[in-house]
Amino acid sequence: MLKLEEVHTYYGNSHILQGLSFSVSEGKCTALLGRNGAGKTTTIHSIAGLTPPRKGKIYFEETKIDSAPPYRIARLGIGLVPQGRRIFPSLTVKENLTMPAREPRKQTRDKKWTLDEIYELFPALKEREHNMGNQLSGGQQQMLAIGRALMTNPHFLLMDEPSEGLAPVIIEQVGDIIRMLKENGLSILLVEQNLFLACSVADEVLVMNKGQIVWQGSPQELLANEEIQHRYLGV
Amino acid sequence: MDLSILFVQIITGLAYGMLLFMIAAGLTIIFGLLSVVNLAHGALFMIGGYFTFTFINQHLNFWLALLISVILLAILGMLIERFLLNRMYGKELEQVLLTFGLIFIFTDLVKWIWGSSPKSISIPPLLDASLTIGVVTFPVYRLFVVVVGCAVALLLWYIESRTRIGAIVRAGVDDRHMLSSLGINFKLVFAGVFAFGAGMAGLSGGLGAPILGLYSGMDNDVLILSLVIVVIGGLKTWKGAFIGAILVGMVDTLGQVWFPSFSMVLIFALMVFILLIKPSGLFGKGVDA
Repeated sequence: MLKLEEVHTYYGNSHILQGLSFSVSEGKCTALLGRNGAGKTTTIHSIAGLTPPRKGKIYFEETKIDSAPPYRIARLGIGLVPQGRRIFPSLTVKENLTMPAREPRKQTRDKKWTLDEIYELFPALKEREHNMGNQLSGGQQQMLAIGRALMTNPHFLLMDEPSEGLAPVIIEQVGDIIRMLKENGLSILLVEQNLFLACSVADEVLVMNKGQIVWQGSPQELLANEEIQHRYLGV
Repeated sequence: MDLSILFVQIITGLAYGMLLFMIAAGLTIIFGLLSVVNLAHGALFMIGGYFTFTFINQHLNFWLALLISVILLAILGMLIERFLLNRMYGKELEQVLLTFGLIFIFTDLVKWIWGSSPKSISIPPLLDASLTIGVVTFPVYRLFVVVVGCAVALLLWYIESRTRIGAIVRAGVDDRHMLSSLGINFKLVFAGVFAFGAGMAGLSGGLGAPILGLYSGMDNDVLILSLVIVVIGGLKTWKGAFIGAILVGMVDTLGQVWFPSFSMVLIFALMVFILLIKPSGLFGKGVDA
């Protein structure tokens, strides 16, 4: 469904992604793990078009997207739950959800998301629908960021550190939501620092270091491989 | 001063304030979303007036001439954004040079096409009357301009707070890259907002021509006052521009009656006074370091 081939991305003169290649299958959740500075967020930004690669190719459902602007990539069906949530503070909770709302690009078995369904999934957002976006707790903002991405009815979801800064009980909820989204047919690329959350929801795990994939396998294999955990994840 | 004259001056000040509001609101909305101070905004106001003048001379009625001028100004604004400003985002010095250069181009074009001598437009017959309430006689056209200014403010409030387009513009001011990642083409939004701002400047120019007349250099007069209004009201907020424009319009008009030599000084004194009390302007949320 998503395929990266020899992707090289730079921030100014800094060479961040150094020939990154991997693919994500339809209906699967793939976790991308690695230390700070490994290039995880840059990978998400390269796919979403926010930091386009200088070299290499990115395909989404056979469409080449590495030089497309972010809005076109989003309209192809790629949703983004960004690092730090990036909720619009000038919009109410309801406006944050309804402003980007879009019909699915094509009829699939994926669930079709509406405002009512988002409120059903996250009742706390319904209770605070008239609050401004920045008047929510960290956990509620994360729910809003996920809900906002779902309102674009994506076929593929990019999630950048959804557990960042959240209490353990909320992290468990985030894990439950990711599993539910996967069951509904959504394909997910999950960037995480939290090894245990990633391994509890992912079908496949990729470990990144210095802008390249250095290990690939199942969550069970990673949990059993202490050397990889120690060398690349600092566990 | 006679009470009747005072009321007429207040209406004149309010009408001038509303004309300035329509310019300053466009200026501040463009600044809020695009982070561009469009110094050519006063020139767009002037061109709006001259376009209206030209169409009236072609025997169109005032309202049709005004409508066509607004549409043409919106198109001109879109062209400026798409072909010129589009290349200058994030480059403040280049933006200043570009929009400053546009002032010279537009001012010379106006002199070339319409000449240097002042022009005037008659008040449309429908509104060329006076309304007497008690002992006070109000010029109807000026009252009409005040009503239009208030209607524009109401329209802006509605669009901003009650429509999806308003939510998109507010989100774009917050985080344009996140907006783009949600499937919104913010370049199109930028062009639309610039066109809207230019159209409002054109509307103000056309509506203001029967009151202010048309002359080369009028663009600078309104630009300076509009910038003062934006600073007084607070950056990035049209609501601030509304209050700021009323204050500046009143101070300018009443100042010219009572202290003709100091009217401009009074406006800047007002700005200094407000900034001393509230450095981010009346409705400003904060000042970036």
